[in-house]
Amino acid sequence: MLEIKNLHAVVEEKEILKGIELKVNEGEIHAIMGPNGSGKSTLSSVLAGNPKFEVTRGSILFKGRELLGMEPEDRACEGIFLSFQYPVEIPGVSMVNFMRAAVNARRKYRNEAPLPASDFLKLMRDRRELLGMDSQLVNRSVNEGFSGGEKKKNEIFQMAMIDPQLSILDETDSGLDIDALRVVAAGVNRLRTKENAIILITHYQRLLEYIKPDYVHVLYAGQIVKSGGPELALELERKGYDWLTRAVTPE
Amino acid sequence: MVEQQYTDLFEQYRGELDANSAEGLNRHRDAAFDIFRQTGFPSSVQEDYRRSDIVRRFDADLGLNLRNIPVPVNPHEAFRCNVPDISTHTFILINDRYYDSAAPAEGLPDGVFAGSLRQFAEAYPAQFDAHYARIADMAGDGVAAYNTMFARDGFALYVPANVEVEKPLQLINILHGGVDLNVNRRILIIAGENARVKLLVCDHTADDVRFVVTQVTEMFADTSARVDFYELEDNSEKVTRLSSLFCEQRGHSEVVTDSITLHNGYTRNNCRFRLSGKHAATHVGGLAICDKKQHIDSFAFLDHAMPGCTSSELFRNVLKDEATGAFCGKIRVRTDAQKTQAYQTNRNLVLSDTARMFSRPLLEIYADDVKCSHGLTTGQLDEEALFYMRARGISREEARLLLMTAFTRDVVDMIRIPALREQLTTLIDKRFRGELTHCGNSGIYK
Repeated sequence: MLEIKNLHAVVEEKEILKGIELKVNEGEIHAIMGPNGSGKSTLSSVLAGNPKFEVTRGSILFKGRELLGMEPEDRACEGIFLSFQYPVEIPGVSMVNFMRAAVNARRKYRNEAPLPASDFLKLMRDRRELLGMDSQLVNRSVNEGFSGGEKKKNEIFQMAMIDPQLSILDETDSGLDIDALRVVAAGVNRLRTKENAIILITHYQRLLEYIKPDYVHVLYAGQIVKSGGPELALELERKGYDWLTRAVTPE
Repeated sequence: MVEQQYTDLFEQYRGELDANSAEGLNRHRDAAFDIFRQTGFPSSVQEDYRRSDIVRRFDADLGLNLRNIPVPVNPHEAFRCNVPDISTHTFILINDRYYDSAAPAEGLPDGVFAGSLRQFAEAYPAQFDAHYARIADMAGDGVAAYNTMFARDGFALYVPANVEVEKPLQLINILHGGVDLNVNRRILIIAGENARVKLLVCDHTADDVRFVVTQVTEMFADTSARVDFYELEDNSEKVTRLSSLFCEQRGHSEVVTDSITLHNGYTRNNCRFRLSGKHAATHVGGLAICDKKQHIDSFAFLDHAMPGCTSSELFRNVLKDEATGAFCGKIRVRTDAQKTQAYQTNRNLVLSDTARMFSRPLLEIYADDVKCSHGLTTGQLDEEALFYMRARGISREEARLLLMTAFTRDVVDMIRIPALREQLTTLIDKRFRGELTHCGNSGIYK
């Protein structure tokens, strides 16, 4: 589904990604871990097409098509979803209007008619219940005045509404208490199918107790320095990142 | 001198003016004329008019319809307002003249007058004389003096003490003419003690000629009265609108004004509020969406003269192309006005390199126990919000439209007529999409 080859990216003239290689197939969950500043969030931004980041080399194939050069909205309509580490507050735009625009944009992209209002509202209700979200929240402006946990829940709610093929969850666990983490993880697990895939970007192993990855990768200094199965996450939990980073940092 | 042709005209046609108006209005012409000869039209050398050289707007060959030549069409059929069904009572001014519809306003509470200013002057002389040309500060506003020289009619609304007009009233101003015209319109609103009333005023242009319009609104809110005054400008680019609103508020009164400039040519909106009773409250809103070479200049003066009053101002502008915008907000808190709360906000979106915005908050505070604040921002659309929306599949253009409409929301939300809020939201969305059509389908600015 996703194939990243030799990906280099810079932001404000500083190279953050230095040759990422990653392959994700349908039905798989990949966890990308690493210390702060290793390039995890840059990778997610580059995949979603954030114009602040410039890709200097490499390629990203999604379902066989090159993503680089594709607008963020087209990537989203192709099936890529980014759950933001810091969801943006948009005063004055209601969640309902925002979601209606998003759902219908994707339908338009596939030459489908807009979803009838009653179907749309039913979809909203169903997905809201999946995440146990307060009905008041969806009547408010996007993320405005939401607590940290509500914002993260709202990201997964949007994922449920949009039904993407590849979801990139960027630090979705940060800012969540244990109860909220369980709800969010349960939501993600229920959205999981054989056809879609998930990339979990996380600093800690905690989230991986609730969403079991098939593969774990360690990102350090802009490269994937180690890959393995779920056991790698446990090893990282026990030993920290130092033993890995020392091995790759030239003295 | 630009003023010369107008003072000559005034002297020459003084008899015609008087003959086509009422004694109550005529009585003030000489004083207004004396003031106008001193002040003239405002020009950009004056501090408060730096961004609007009003005098140049009059440097044109404009006709004045001094004899009240009637308009042959039925405006109810010829013009359809964009904001229908808001009110059960609709009144029409064609240029500066009250249009006498066949059916008089029915169903208004007893004692309420809504209609021709000229008729009001004759039917309610005590109320008229107590307020007309008294609330307006002619010496401080040359346009108000000029308007008072030439005003012959207009709209009056009088709500006696303890009367509530439940349904909002709507006044539709129609600019109509075959040649370039100067129109001098007058509105008088008097709300007695504990009276309640809401008035929506819509401005429309029906003909593709130049109009230079002066509009003076005098508003009096007696003790505990509540007045909502909403204005919606939807004029052609050939219209110059020079509006001066003067409001006098007594104790515990509450006034909400909201001025929406949906489409315009050259607009200067002055509003001056004098809070001369304890615990009065004023909420002033303004929103303008300007593109091409459109011009919006909003000037607000909140004069806190008594203790315990509250005022809030919220002005927003969205400027594109070569549009220019200006805002000046003056707050004066006089020595006696302890416990004043005055808040001012001005936010502007400048969406092109060639659009320009000038903003000036001026706070003069002479009392020591007050809460006053002002906030001012001018910028572009939030790039992070745009990316967030695009990451959900929403196109850049659609995301921009959503953000622009969102930007206008809190000014629209000041309006306390739910149906009007909804209608405005739709109109604003259409305006941003370039789909706004002129009401009456005459398509002047499409």
